[in-house]
Amino acid sequence: MKTFLMHPDRDFDPRSPSPRESLPSAQDIELEVLLNAAAGGDRYFHDTMAAACAQAWDNDIETIRYRQEVLKDCLAVPALVRKFYDIAIEPFGRERSWSFSLYDRDAGQKVASGVRTLQSCLDVLERLRKTCAANADRFASRGFRQFFATLEKNLDDDWLGAARTDLTNLSFRVGLLLSAQVGGGGKAVGTVLRKPQRSDLSWMHRMISPAARSYTLQLHPRDDAGAQAFAELQNRGLVLISDAIYQSAEHVLGFLRTLRSELAFYLGCVNLKEQLDRIGEAVTFPEPQAEPNRFRCRNLRDTCLALTMEQRVIGNDIDADGKPLVIITGANRGGKSTFLRSVGLAQLMQQCGMFVTADAFGASLRSGLHTHYKREEDRSMRSGKFDEELVRMSGIADVMRRRALVLFNESFAATHEREGSEIARQIVRALLENDVTVFFVSHMYAFARSFLDDERALFLRAERDESGARSFRLIEAPPLPKSFGTDIFRRIFETPEAADARS
Amino acid sequence: MSEAQTFIPGNLVRLADRRPHPEAGGSGAGAFATILFPPGLEALRDERGEEPDCFVDLNLDQIVGAAVARRDEDVLRPIFHSPCRSEEVVRYRQAVFADLERPEIFGIFPQFGEAMRGVHANLRYAGEISTGSHRNTVILRAAGLYCEAIAAFLRNLAALELESEGLKGLHAYLADYARSPSFLELARETAAQREALSRVSFGMLFSGDRVKVRKYASEPDYTTIILDRFARFRESGIAPPGPAKPKDDFSLNHIEEAILEFVSRLFPEAFGSLEDYVSRQGNFIDEVVARFGREIGFYIAYLDFIRPLRRAGLPFCRPIVSASSKATAVAESFDLALATRILAENGTVVGNDFQLSGPERLLVVSGPNQGGKTTFARMFGQLHFLAGLGCPVPGKAARLFLPDRIFTHFEREEDIANLRGKLEDELVRLHRSCRAMTADSVVVLNEIFNSTSLDDQIFLSTQVLERILAIDAIGVCVTFLDPLSTISEKTVSMVSTVDPEEPARRTFRIVRKPADGLAYALSLAEKHGVTYAKLRSRVRP
Repeated sequence: MKTFLMHPDRDFDPRSPSPRESLPSAQDIELEVLLNAAAGGDRYFHDTMAAACAQAWDNDIETIRYRQEVLKDCLAVPALVRKFYDIAIEPFGRERSWSFSLYDRDAGQKVASGVRTLQSCLDVLERLRKTCAANADRFASRGFRQFFATLEKNLDDDWLGAARTDLTNLSFRVGLLLSAQVGGGGKAVGTVLRKPQRSDLSWMHRMISPAARSYTLQLHPRDDAGAQAFAELQNRGLVLISDAIYQSAEHVLGFLRTLRSELAFYLGCVNLKEQLDRIGEAVTFPEPQAEPNRFRCRNLRDTCLALTMEQRVIGNDIDADGKPLVIITGANRGGKSTFLRSVGLAQLMQQCGMFVTADAFGASLRSGLHTHYKREEDRSMRSGKFDEELVRMSGIADVMRRRALVLFNESFAATHEREGSEIARQIVRALLENDVTVFFVSHMYAFARSFLDDERALFLRAERDESGARSFRLIEAPPLPKSFGTDIFRRIFETPEAADARS
Repeated sequence: MSEAQTFIPGNLVRLADRRPHPEAGGSGAGAFATILFPPGLEALRDERGEEPDCFVDLNLDQIVGAAVARRDEDVLRPIFHSPCRSEEVVRYRQAVFADLERPEIFGIFPQFGEAMRGVHANLRYAGEISTGSHRNTVILRAAGLYCEAIAAFLRNLAALELESEGLKGLHAYLADYARSPSFLELARETAAQREALSRVSFGMLFSGDRVKVRKYASEPDYTTIILDRFARFRESGIAPPGPAKPKDDFSLNHIEEAILEFVSRLFPEAFGSLEDYVSRQGNFIDEVVARFGREIGFYIAYLDFIRPLRRAGLPFCRPIVSASSKATAVAESFDLALATRILAENGTVVGNDFQLSGPERLLVVSGPNQGGKTTFARMFGQLHFLAGLGCPVPGKAARLFLPDRIFTHFEREEDIANLRGKLEDELVRLHRSCRAMTADSVVVLNEIFNSTSLDDQIFLSTQVLERILAIDAIGVCVTFLDPLSTISEKTVSMVSTVDPEEPARRTFRIVRKPADGLAYALSLAEKHGVTYAKLRSRVRP
């Protein structure tokens, strides 16, 4: 029994990446802003979305389209989906969790808790099936349709009734009979669970049948170790069935857990959409491209910037089909970083099966997103800044696969331009040869210039109008030999606060 | 290597003393007494419980600690603490190691060692048991393990082409032993007793705080009934598990013991016969076999310890040893303790060569910090210690002197508050060492006197080195004082280096050349593997 709402053929793994190994680029694309908007204050939503993001790079186009369909259903009838979710989380609420808990300390407890958990889960599943059945016609996606079919097929009334009877029968109140032989060192071996004789179960039968020769050991009431030994011996028999019972319970519970996490992803997306609606940011479903080196967007906006500013933001139109290298130069505060972030976010959201904040968006699938941003001075580092940049690059190379997407922001500028340009050029060349797509924001003219004649490169430039006010929109244009950062430099560096900060 | 081993510089007399190799299964078998010393030299055994003084400085404590971990430490540590100056003993052990380095030979030992440990553990345990039925079953288990171990071991040995005097001697001894009437009788009786017990089938009916013990009465298996009933819940069929292995399958708790006692009353014939058996066969272990079982652990432990290093391609060799010639030559050796750690971190281990020939006695190592100088010094000490144990040593080839003692002086943790006291302590220790030192000693000095002024350092170091050189001990001295490398014709200058082709990577290579104090520069991108050429090949598909 599988939910299959996230993948057409397998379960979603909702385990959130640990904070340390979470998306290494999360900080650079401000992913936390998006996660918080999707979470709507629910930590579980946050972590589930984070897990979905971390796994986005393994999704194929089919999975992305599959999720887009399911998400469209969810956006159409959010209240119903939230109802499903409320039923699915019952086993995980604090006040009810006792009846859904599985202890695996020993076989006896496994059997007992397995039976109890199964009984509780069956109740939840029955209600879920009935709710789904009543509303099935309002869902069109393959994901929901097969989910409903799974419930109908596996949880019909006959099955539920039979299962409940089985569970009631499963108790050993009357006495547990084991057989064994004497093994090495006097250890009982070959333990088998036996069906007790009738005379073992009833006092009446005991009276009328001739008793075989036997010895009885009576446990002393204060003999705790002895009681443990009793339990251990009985467990050797119970363990033969406990795994089966336990696994059955675990499976049913796992089904509900997966359902919870998969619905949490979609409800997170619903939350996000509701937030963007409030701001007035329109969304669209991207069109993932099977061919390599595709990147095309119309009015692509930075989702997180919109969420942070709580207002609509300026977008960019880019056609970088066939251009695995995009070099972005130009004025400081001209929207370069924002654009870079919007590219990373849109790629991630596309591969999660989500919508994006654009009028149109379509890009090839990538094997991963890596960001290499200029870092603020890190005092704990003993190595130099340039060294640290190279260390981070090496770290990216360690985990990167072909067809990855790498976003560089002012990288390798911590040394003089000639050296930095050469290193950057070598790195970019090596990446391109590995089918890696590179977006590189840089002030290093020597670096940008070295790709001027390269057909693989697209050059974007941050605009700046006559008055010096920025439009935050990028145009397709080759790099200029000079940066426009002087004014910003003066303002930041030659004010008293900046001087203080420096000292 | 085997030809080279018969070369004993300046000590040919001893060759004549060597006993002829006993033929496997031949009459020489009785001569075998221990796998650590050749017949006749058993008296050289002089085992120490406490660690030699040089252990911590040379990180030998780490090596030995790791090698003996989870083994019979009480037996193995003293062996590892006690190197031997006898070339004959060292070669006897080297030959055993050489045999054991062949996988097909090595493969039979862990099993035997494990079995013998089991035998001893059972007998120890039986001694603590008061209930007769239980004690007897434990002794029976021990005897069963013992018979199986001997038979299996002998069968395995017979199938091998053994080369070493030690293992051939053992084989001959065991072959005789296994044919002896007493052993054959033990094996037969033990098998019969086990068979009889395995046919004893009983039932335990638990209800509440009672358990009723009776003979098994053909009640049906309940597991299949339950499994069928719940099969529908499971995604895929799981194989019904076997009965749980008891948490403790070695000892019985008092409940199990009481149940067993009831079972023995339900089946008096089987348990009466067991009682007779134990009174006749209780003391079954052969002394020589028992000793071998313990001592072979020395070889196994060491080979197990170096196996991961070998598998990683690091060379080990059996050194040519001499108790008289100080001509020393080592190729591509390394610090064993460090190599183990580096390997765990997937790093690369760098090998180094060194030689002492003619009048040369002391390697003076200088050069950039972090260049592997201390490691080199440790390696020097470790090599001499391990060679004396008879162990294979790190390196492609080695010719080593067997020292009477190894003296180490390593820079201790800085204690700013007490520099003066520290210098005093150091001098006291050095003085004591110099007095105890002989021409047969090995000295390892690492950055001594670092805590004092430069002039003091040169003066003190020179004084100490001259004394050591006068004694004619061999050794290594790590220092950043270039002049020390030229104070005598007995000193050899070695320098930690940087690779001119790849200046970023620390080479950890120490080469024989005049001290030059050259520093190294780092080419950062190269170091981090992010140049065009490097990065191109790093991206995974």
